Amino acid sequence: MSTPQQPLPASLSGATLTAGYYDLNEHDHPEGGSTLLGFWIYLMSDCLIFAMLFAAFGVLGGNFAAGPGPKDLFDLPLVALNTAMLLFSSMTYGFAMLAMQRGTKGPVIGWLIATALFGAAFLSIELYEFSHLIAEGATPQRSAFLSAFFTLVGTHGLHVTFGLVWLAVLLVQIGQRGLCDANRRRILCLSMFWHFLDVIWIGVFTFVYLMGMVR
Amino acid sequence: MSAAHEAHDLHHDTGHGIDAPHVSLREYATGFIASVVLTAIPFWLVMTGALGDKTLTALTIALFAVAQVIVHMIFFLHMNAKAEGGWNLLALIFTIIVIVIALTGSLWVMYHLNHNMMPQMTAHQADALP
Repeated sequence: MSTPQQPLPASLSGATLTAGYYDLNEHDHPEGGSTLLGFWIYLMSDCLIFAMLFAAFGVLGGNFAAGPGPKDLFDLPLVALNTAMLLFSSMTYGFAMLAMQRGTKGPVIGWLIATALFGAAFLSIELYEFSHLIAEGATPQRSAFLSAFFTLVGTHGLHVTFGLVWLAVLLVQIGQRGLCDANRRRILCLSMFWHFLDVIWIGVFTFVYLMGMVR
Repeated sequence: MSAAHEAHDLHHDTGHGIDAPHVSLREYATGFIASVVLTAIPFWLVMTGALGDKTLTALTIALFAVAQVIVHMIFFLHMNAKAEGGWNLLALIFTIIVIVIALTGSLWVMYHLNHNMMPQMTAHQADALP
């Protein structure tokens, strides 16, 4: 069986059609040219993970199983201190980016170390809070509220932990190779990751801690 | 063109093949100060209960959170419609749509499930009893 073929207009010969579908003269892509976009798309997928955990917390956040609730457990001044630590670390990372833009290696390393210290302070305060909760018997097994709380806040903390590992590795890489192209790209990617974690923390302190104290 | 400017251009041509966003101290400082304000106010509102009404307080701190997320996106993550030819923004918009559907869907469905499956009667029903 043959389908009647329409004759192609002269302007649309086979070669032009193929070229329309397949980019025959593809421009060259510099190494790492699409890394930043790819990393951004990874962050968006990470955003979806956190959205699901927020949804789980939103659904289960009121199921205390006759156990302790937010008002019995949360210490707002401590959360405010934690928020400040993360915000300071965002600012110091900003200084590292500015130093990178000027091309000065020493200040970049200095500011990245400051960022790591603020990040470590954040993590220490969070771990102190967790150990405090667990010592009071408010473990993840206690109620659906606490399961959802530990999963959401713990996943954020885990991200910060891996951010710190990355930061340490990056410091070694900068120390060895200086501010080469690859290291600049890594610094940019980590900056997105680090600021992204701060964005997630805004959601955590607002919807978990503050809303918990209000309700 | 001045020599310094030329050197700068040369640096850009031969330098990194990454189109890094240009960042400035003013940008980070603005973002930082705005974030401090947008964090301090909701904490103050909740700690002092200045607004009184719970629903109003919850709504207000939610709005402050949204405002701070936007501040972070613009001043720290350097989002704009031009970065990466707009693909950054497109991916973000797509993500926001998925998140809104998933979040509102989950909360809505589960709220009604709780509402309809609740074994105890509500206070309203109890009041209606003789």
